[in-house]
This record gives sequence, C-alpha cells and structure tokens, in this order.
Amino acid sequence: MKPVLKRFIERFVEGLLALSGTVTTLTVLLIIVFLFGEGLSVFNTSPLESHNTLVINSTNPVAQLKPGQLKEVFDGNITNWQTIGGKNDSIILLTINSVSDFLSEEEIGMNFEFLPGKLDSLVSSNSGMLAVFPEKYLVANHQSKIVRVDKNNLPDFLSGKEWFPTAEPAVQLGTLPLIMGTLLVSIFAILFALPIGLATAIYMAEVANPKVRNVMKPVIELLSGIPSVVYGFFGLITIVPLIHDVFNLPVGETALAGSIVLGIMALPTIITVSEDAIRNTPRAMKEASLALGATKWQTISRVVLPYSMSGITAAAILGIGRAIGETMAVLMVTGNAAVMPHSLLQPVRTIPATIAAELGEAPQGGVHYKALFALGCILFIMTMAINIWVQYISNRRKFSK
Amino acid sequence: MDKLIKEKIAFWIFRLLSVFVIGVLLWILGFIFVRGFSVLSWDFITKMPEDGMTKGGIYPAIVGTFILIFGSMLFAFPIGVMAGIYMNEYVKDGRWKRFIKLMTNNLAGIPSIVFGLFGMALFVNKLKFGDSILAGSLTLGLLALPVVIRITEESLKAVDNTFREASYALGGTKLQTITKVVLPISLPNIITGLILSIGRVSGETAPILFTVAAYFLPKLPTSIFDQVMALPYHLYVISTSGTQVEQSRPMAYGTALVLVLIVLILNLIANAFRKYFGNKVKMN
Repeated sequence: MKPVLKRFIERFVEGLLALSGTVTTLTVLLIIVFLFGEGLSVFNTSPLESHNTLVINSTNPVAQLKPGQLKEVFDGNITNWQTIGGKNDSIILLTINSVSDFLSEEEIGMNFEFLPGKLDSLVSSNSGMLAVFPEKYLVANHQSKIVRVDKNNLPDFLSGKEWFPTAEPAVQLGTLPLIMGTLLVSIFAILFALPIGLATAIYMAEVANPKVRNVMKPVIELLSGIPSVVYGFFGLITIVPLIHDVFNLPVGETALAGSIVLGIMALPTIITVSEDAIRNTPRAMKEASLALGATKWQTISRVVLPYSMSGITAAAILGIGRAIGETMAVLMVTGNAAVMPHSLLQPVRTIPATIAAELGEAPQGGVHYKALFALGCILFIMTMAINIWVQYISNRRKFSK
Repeated sequence: MDKLIKEKIAFWIFRLLSVFVIGVLLWILGFIFVRGFSVLSWDFITKMPEDGMTKGGIYPAIVGTFILIFGSMLFAFPIGVMAGIYMNEYVKDGRWKRFIKLMTNNLAGIPSIVFGLFGMALFVNKLKFGDSILAGSLTLGLLALPVVIRITEESLKAVDNTFREASYALGGTKLQTITKVVLPISLPNIITGLILSIGRVSGETAPILFTVAAYFLPKLPTSIFDQVMALPYHLYVISTSGTQVEQSRPMAYGTALVLVLIVLILNLIANAFRKYFGNKVKMN
C-alpha cells in the first residue's frame, strides 16, 4: 500500500472513532433539547381545554382566575365571587352540560343556531354568572367579558397538590404528590436495602472465604440482570398479597410494596459498589490494626468502614438514583394513586410510573403530553444531580489517596 | 473475651443477611421456575396468542424481542466499540476526555423512561418513524451505548502496554497496532461484555412502551416500520391490564420464565466464552 493512502486511512479511521466518541455527548444534548423543549412549553399553555372559553358579566371586576380556583368553583367549594376577588355575589355556573337548566330546546334551536346569542344575553343579564363553553359559541360582538385563566407556571407545577391532567374545564398540574411519592418509595427502598446490602458486602469482602465469595458474586450479578418487569410481576403476585394480609388493608398495592421491590432491585448495586470500596482499603491499614491486637470485627468497624465510607455513601446515593428512575416494577405494585402520601401503607404514584401510565393516552402536543414531558424534566434533573454528586464523591476519593 | 463474642455476633449477623440476600434471589427464581415450568411447552413458544391472550403462545413477542435486540445492537455495537477505542487509545488525558467520560456516565444514569420519552419525541414524532421497530431499536440502542462503551474501554485497558510497545517497535502504525494486536487480545472480554449487555436490553420495557411495543399483534412484522410485540411489555400487559388478568396468569408465568431464561442463557454463554478464551489468551 502506498504510504500516502495508508496515512489517509489512519486519519480517516481516527476521525471516525472521534466522531463515535462524541455520540454520547450528542445524545445527552439531544435528550436535553427534546425533553426540555416539550416540557417547558407546558408553562406557555393555558390549562383550559383549548376549545373552551370562560365568560362573565361585564360588570364583574374579576379578570383572571387560577386553574385551582376554577376547579373549586366547579366542585362547588367556592360559591361566592368574593372569595376569588369579586363582588359579594353568588356564582351561577353555566356549562355546556347544564345549559338545559337555563334554556329550553326551542330557545337553543335544532342545530344550536340560537345558542351563541342566547348565551351572550344570558351572561349579560346575570351579574353572577360564570359560563364555560366552547369558543365557537361565542358571538363576535359579545357584551359579556372573557376571563383569562392563568397559564401553568413553575411554582404551581412544583407545589400544587392535585394532579388531574385531564380535568374539565381546567387541568390541574400539581406534581408535589408525584415527587413526594417518588422520594418516599425510593428512600425507604434504600433504608431496607442499605443495611442488608452493606452487611452482605462486608461479609463477601472480609469474612467469607474466597470460595463462598466466588459463588456469591455471579449470583448477585444475576440478580441485577433480571428484568425490572419480572421483579414487578413477582412483587405483584407475592409481596402485594402478603402486605394486604399482614396489615389487613383494603389493597396491597402500597408504597411499602414498591419500597420492598425496589429495595430488592437496589441490592446488587449497593453490594457491588460498597464491596469494591471495602476491598480498596489498603492492606497496611488493616494489618496495622490487627497488629495492635484488634479483632477482625474491630478492624472492620473502626478502620475499614470509616476508610470506605465515601464509597458506601456513593453506593447508597447511586441506589437512590436507580430507584427514583425505576418505572415498570413500581408501576405494577404501588397502586398508582396520585395523592399526597401520608404513610407507607397507602397507594402512591411515582413520576416514572405516571409517565408510563399516562403518555399513551395523552394526545400529542396537548397540555397533558407537555406536562408529562415536564415530569420527565424533573426526573432528568433529579437523576442527573445524583449522578454528578456520585461522581464528585468518587473523584474526591481518588484524589485523597 | 468480650470483644471476640462481639465479633462472633457481628459475623453471624452478616452471614445471616447474606444468606437472606441469596434466599431472596432463589425465592424469585424458584417462584418463576416452578410456576412457569408447567406452562412452558413447544406450543407456548411457537404459537400465536389466543382468546384475549389467555391461551396459545407468545411466539410474536419472542420474535419481537429478538428483532429489537438485533436492531439495537446493530446500532450500539459498532458505535459503542469505536467510541470505546477512541476513549482508551486516542484521547489524551485532559479536560476533553473527562468531559466525554462525564457525559457517558450521565447517559448511563438517565432513567429508561426518559429514554422512552426522548425516543417518542425524536424518532416517533419528529423524524416520523411512527411506532416502529426502527424507533424502538434506536431508543434501546442509545440506552445500551454507555454500557458498550464502558465494556470496550475496560477490556482495552486490561491489555498490557508491552503489547503496544512491541508492535510500535516493529514499525506498526497506531491503527495496525489496534486492529492487529490490541483488539484481538481484548476481543473475548469485549464479546463477553456485549453478550451481557444484550441481556440488559432484552428486559427493558419503559423505552419501548411508546416507541414500538404493540399490545396485541398476532402476526410477524414485515418491515422496520411495523410495530412488534415484545416479551417484557407482554408480561406487563397480561399481568396488569386487560379484563382477564386471572385467566391469563399462566401465560404471565410462562412469559416471565422465558424472559428469565433468556437472561440466564446469555449469562451462561458469556461465562463459558470468558472461560474458553480466557485460557487461550493470557492477559497481563
């Protein structure tokens, strides 16, 4: 081969390899662009179902409503305009479903041809009326006043306690119950898994003879290879009924079931990472302790464990990160009720489970669809923060040696 | 001796908890095997599902899973291995390498459901692939990419530098050294790792929920723009939704067993491979 050609090939391959090297970076950036592009657009959209409009009497001073207030009005919890910044006047709610209470069929017309005019005059003559109807029934030169509904905003999105992404007339996008549910299930999973996993790691690294360890190692590897949906299935058939019976609950699908299944799933991560950390303890330190007359257990508890603490911390955090992002197993065993969790013995719903359960039914480009992407953003930020934290801890460990 | 008693107690606790961990694994495996074994038959793995997925087999789901494994690896293997070679052989230590490494680690830490969202936004909607084998394979491939890169990198790192130096001393170029010396030596390790990563991909459910998986599709795909059934999604569907959850229980046990068997067999193959070639090529 000619040297020029040879050098060209070398360069070409090197370029190709460099290109492949950037693929992961590119993917992360693309994920950020698409996830946040769709997710953040939820804050630009109205929570009102797009075709609906809100109309009040022109003398009514109210100009703007929060989605939560609108829901309260619909639920009958707010009945006076005073509560939401208006005059002391009771609210008369008119929706397209209750229109027959106000207008007869003749007044509406066979093909609803008189409806727009009638609606407008009805609202204009009733000072306390709040009418919600599709935009197409709004006459062009209407006398009534249109009320705007606040757009979804980030503080409400993060602190709202009600998640009703398909509610009529205004969707409720409060993610706090989902965030709390995710954290509750994940943290308790680690509380179960950490002591057991750590004990197993110590046993494998310091106590067991190498033969036992050589059997345990592949078994634990296998545990991490079992698909999450199989864990979920297992939990659904065994752990859920068990919790149902032991605690005498109406349903066994609870946060506790999720924590136990996630705990089992987190075991391999915790065991592997903390075992590595324990085995990294310099031999000289252990021998020094033993030479001073300390027992093996004293050496482990006073020398090995303090030395490997950062590695064990990394294992715990990594485990939480995995648990937060876990979807299928949690979806199958936690019961998926989007309410604020008060105890481990009630159904909860996590962020990944919400996305998995609802995305299939959310029309593309709608408020619900965007809200689920925004949930994905929250999840992304949570796990990314945890990742960077873990890498920071393990880097610090490397440098301190 | 008070401290020796303490030690005894501590070690017994560790021993018991370790037994507990192994016990849990055996419980899960035993449960799946005992209940699934009676369902497993030739018909079960070669027939279409029937009667609202309460009878028949899971043939299309098995085929679908293998298609997705093949598709995702077609994408992830070459790019991942090349990226791994680049990381270990070409990039010099420094800021750029640390950055790529950080990004690869971050990609590995992103939850699979986020991959599902991303795959749906980019492949299904933006690029208009629709719910298809193509979209699903690419999504799964991206998920597997960091694993493949890490495996390649670690296998290459294990190749002793003297091999490279010997090759350079004989006048070999960098590319020749890599293709004729480094890769052949590390190939068994790379392949072992790749087989294990297949196991990971075969069980993933969240990324395929919205990119390819079909609820019920009793026929085989004819193009890469078709939907397919897949084992993990099938297990999820028949064990949670649908009107005949109780009647389809046996099907669920069978499906779970097939999934676990795939992972087990891949593990065994990987271990056998490592043993066989590990004896042939001595590293370090």
